[in-house]
Formats: sequence, structure tokens, C-alpha cells
Amino acid sequence: MKELIYVLVDHNGENINPTSLETLVLGQELAEKTGRRLHALLLGCNVRNLAEQLAGYEVDSVIYTDNALLEDYTFESQCEALSQILKTETPALLLMAHSYQNIDMAPRLSARLGKALVTDCVDFKLSEGELVFVRKMFRAKLYADVRVRSEPPWLVTLQAGSRFADALVKGSAKVIDRQVDLSSVEIKRVTGETVDFAKDRVDLSQAETIVAVGRGIKKQENMDLIRDLADVVNAEIGASRPVVDNDWLSRDRQIGSSGQTVSPRLYLAIGISGAIQHVVGMKSSQCIVAINSDRNAPIFNVATYGILGDLQEIVPALTKKLREIL
Amino acid sequence: MRIVVCIKEVSSRESRYEVASDEAWINEANISFEINECDEYALEEGLKLKEHFGGEVVVLSVGDPRAEKVMRKALAMGADRGILIADERRQLTSPHLLGKVMSSALKDEEFDLVLTGTQSDDLSYAQTAVVLAELLSIPHATIIMKIEAEPEAKRLRALREMESGRFQWLELPLPALLSIQAGSSPVRYASLKGIMQARKKEIRTLKPEELGVEATAVPELEVVRLYQKKEERKAELLEGETGAIVEQLVEKLQKEAKVL
Ligand SMILES: Cc1cc2nc3c(=O)[nH]c(=O)nc-3n(C[C@H](O)[C@H](O)[C@H](O)COP(=O)(O)OP(=O)(O)OC[C@H]3O[C@@H](n4cnc5c(N)ncnc54)[C@H](O)[C@@H]3O)c2cc1C
Repeated sequence: MKELIYVLVDHNGENINPTSLETLVLGQELAEKTGRRLHALLLGCNVRNLAEQLAGYEVDSVIYTDNALLEDYTFESQCEALSQILKTETPALLLMAHSYQNIDMAPRLSARLGKALVTDCVDFKLSEGELVFVRKMFRAKLYADVRVRSEPPWLVTLQAGSRFADALVKGSAKVIDRQVDLSSVEIKRVTGETVDFAKDRVDLSQAETIVAVGRGIKKQENMDLIRDLADVVNAEIGASRPVVDNDWLSRDRQIGSSGQTVSPRLYLAIGISGAIQHVVGMKSSQCIVAINSDRNAPIFNVATYGILGDLQEIVPALTKKLREIL
Repeated sequence: MRIVVCIKEVSSRESRYEVASDEAWINEANISFEINECDEYALEEGLKLKEHFGGEVVVLSVGDPRAEKVMRKALAMGADRGILIADERRQLTSPHLLGKVMSSALKDEEFDLVLTGTQSDDLSYAQTAVVLAELLSIPHATIIMKIEAEPEAKRLRALREMESGRFQWLELPLPALLSIQAGSSPVRYASLKGIMQARKKEIRTLKPEELGVEATAVPELEVVRLYQKKEERKAELLEGETGAIVEQLVEKLQKEAKVL
């Protein structure tokens, strides 16, 4: 039975999570390279429709579980459902999106089953039959090849943007109804109301130009450098999370996975290191300029142009130059 | 309330990383160490709860014996005592082994709440907190920005961050474990008095063997190779004299990228 690969597909009842589709791409690649069979797995309530949708991709089958206790996410029922499935079917791999939901659930599942979990992977390598996973470590400045030392199934989460969902191979799969017994599950953690602090927020998604500032600005007093530059190019100001955490700008100007997603024509990232949680919110900008004093800052891996230097010097000079010509 | 705060010592933010000759770790020769960023926020949340409800804050750390230094800092900020699981072999590098020693160390601590950071800035697995909750058989919540505790009623409400700037309230019975997100509330500085007092506070050191992890125990995850990927840089890098590079950039933005 070790020849199976399962991909857990997240959804909100109506739509499939885009990162899950990227994870399915990874599943298709791994299935092809290792000769294993690929199955998509859907947990929820009334998810047959979504299962039919997934059946249009090249997978062996789409397995879905309908259960009232799976309608809204709780780690308790999600873990129980998955442990029942993994204990009977023992796939070689369970692939998941590295979503907020899965990082809340998967480590618990991993500990309960005593099976390894490799989180936030960006790629895999297969050499001489050995599979290792590639992930970033040390503030995303180093890559690591990680080997799993425990028995299958291996649990793996994939970072958003590691694959293109467009690459999914189409096909026609059977849909299988798989029941689980959740009668023993006790829900201790109760989900309450959702709060949207950003309701009255500035909408940065429409901005043509964004000047974004990071912790490299160092002090609130230096924020004027950013305001002056933004004025000259008629830009909205955005920020990385620490700037907002410090209250140097309001929360609604945060860009990234827990903030806004933007794609302006020009994005200036000033004193921002380029952590993945920031990058997911801005990487589809048309032209990205990064100003950073660290040659190895990951932001240079997504930027179109990089300026290596001290922002205290560069930013005023850039503002001055732009003022002359615009 | 008795609150356990898990803190980890990590290489500091300014580090220029070099891979060690075994290719499995960094060269620590020119590295300085600090408390993992979100762990410091976890400590702040723990100290605020203690101020409000009374009780005790115990800091728990697994790491090189050198981690005593960051523990002293936590004690200076107001924690009452420390437990250091000294990992001299650098063996405790996977979530399951970490969870195992931490849960054994907490076996006899009658805690109401365990706080951790969301993820570490070195390995960044973002797993240990949740693994620990499972091994302690208590409920958990991750990426928490705010806590409203009701120790009398043995429960708390926690505000969990979600994708795209939304938040969700969760209610948990105590004892529970929360992983705290950086930026939850401003972190205090240690006072001079705090620093003096910290010297006398107890730090108990435990060995992995005392906590059920023998020298032969194999971590479930192993870094086989650590490396830098230079070819990954996409940006055309401009460096040199400020006036000249600014000039070059503006020209490129106008003529090449056509975004000005
Ligand atoms: C669950 C979760 C969600 C998150 N969500 C988000 C999110 O939505 N958005 C977000 O941004 N982050 C988010 N983060 C945080 C993220 O991981 C990073 O910590 C954050 O993006 C770092 O911000 P920064 O780049 O400004 O700071 P740092 O990483 O500290 O980088 C500062 C940069 O400034 C440079 N610098 C310093 N001085 C100078 C100078 N004088 N001149 C030029 N450059 C200089 C440095 O070289 C460095 O590269 C999240 C984290 C988690 C765990």
C-alpha cells in the first residue's frame, strides 16, 4: 500500500484553496516521478460538488468525506478524520497546503500518529530513489534539504507559490465517498466571531505605485523619508508587518499574508528583507525595486531592480532626482 | 495562574550566515544570539497575565547550555524561574524530540497555560507548539494576538490571526496552549532591579536522558544539507556611488520598465 500519494484539498465550502491546487501540481509531479498513484482528499460537509470539480484533474480518484462535524474547521474533528483515513490507507505521503488552517492542525496529527511532518516546503529532490524536501531556514537566507527518518506516511505542507496551478494536468477521475466515524470527538476549542479590523481600510489593491517600508527604517522619525518619496511619485504607502506592529503606520497598510495583497505597476520595497509572508502579498507587482543594505536579503530574489546600500542615503537622493524629472 | 512560557535562543537578526563544514548547521563563530522574536511576545503576554491575576511565570527552554543567557534576560523581565533542557549534542532539533522533552519536563508542573511563539527564526518549522499541546493532551490555538483569560472559570478567549487581515475569537478551557504572534503588544525592557534579581532566580538544568530521550534517539527530520542559492537572485543589482546608481535606476524605470 505504500505506493499512494494523498493530497488534502482545503476549501471554504464553495471554492478550492488556490494553494491546494498548487499542492496538487506537486502531487502530480511526484506521482509521475515515483510511479505512485495520486488521490485527492476532501473533508467537509456537502462537498460532493467540489469533489466532482476536482475529478476533472489527472488523479486516480477523489476521495471525499461528508460529515456535519467537518462543516466548520475544528482541529479536533479534522485530526480524527485524517488519522482514521491514514491508519487504514497508509499512503506514502500526505501533501497539504501550508495554510493557517493546516499549521494549526497538521503538527497535532503528526504527533498523534508519530509520523514526521515537513512544513513549508518549496520543492523536493529525488536522487537514487531517495526523496528529500527543500525548505528555507534561518530567516529564509539558507536552503535546507530535509530527510525524513520515520516510517510513512510522511506529512508535508507546501508553501504558497511554490508551483503554478495552471500546470495541473486535466483528466477524469472517479469520485469515492469515504465515511469516517467522528462520534468520539470532543470539541474543546469553540470558534467564536470573526473580526475584520480592516473593514474601513485603505484599499491598496488599486494603487498604481506603492512605496513600502520595512523595519530597516529603524525609527518613526525616519518615516518622513518615505512620505517624501511617496509624494513625489504619487504613491500609496505600504509596510511590512513590524512597521505596523510598532504603530508607525496603521494596520490597514500592512502588505502580506496577514495583510493586503497588491499588484501595482511599481512597488518600491525599502528596508524590507523579503520574508515569504510579505512576498506573497506583493510578488505579482509589475516592477519591483528593492533598496537594502544586505546583499543576501531574499527580497533581491523577487525584485526587478535592486539597490544595494543604506536607505538613509539612497531614499533622499532618489526623491531629489525624481522631483527634478517628474 | 501558573504560566509556562517556552522561549528559544536563536541567531540574531543581523547574522550573516555561513554554512558549517558539516553542511548541516551554521558556523556559529561570528554569530550572536537572542530570544526568538515571537517568544519575547509570548513572554510579555505571560507577564501581563501574572500581573493581572497573580501567580507564577516559568520559562522553559531547550537549547545549547549558552541559552542560560537569554533565560536570565527573561527572568530579568519578570519571569520567576527557569527550566533549561541542555542539548549538548544538538540532538533535539526536530519537533517530535522537542515535544517529548518539553512535555516530560512539564509533567509535574501544574500549569494553567503554556505560551510559545508561533515559529522559530532559525528552523521555522512552526510545529513544536502544537506537537507539545498534543503530547500534553490539552487544547491549543495558534497565531494569537490577544488573550482574555478567566482563570476562575478555567477558560480563556484568544484572538487568532487569519489570512488577509481578519481575526477570529476562540474559546478554550484551561489548561491550554497558545502560540503567540509577534506584535501582539509592546514588549517591556528589563529594569535594573530586574537584572539584579534575575541573578538569584533559579534555573534548573535537565538533560535529555532524564526526560526520556537517549543519545541514540533519532529525530524524525534531519537536515542533510544547508546551502545558499546564489543563482536565485533575480534583481539586477545596482551598487556604487549613490548619485550614479539613483540615476541608473531612474533611467531603467523610465526606459526599460516604463513605469514612470
Ligand atoms: C503567520 C505569520 C504571518 C505574517 N504575516 C506578515 C504579513 O502579512 N506581512 C509582513 O510583512 N510580514 C508578515 N509576517 C512577518 C514576516 O515573517 C517577517 O518577519 C517580516 O515581513 C519582516 O519585516 P521586514 O522585512 O520589515 O523586517 P526585517 O526582516 O527585520 O528586515 C529589515 C531589512 O532592512 C534592511 N536594512 C536594515 N537597515 C537598512 C538600511 N539602513 N538601509 C537599507 N536596508 C536596511 C535589512 O538588511 C533587512 O533586510 C508574518 C509572520 C508570520 C509568522
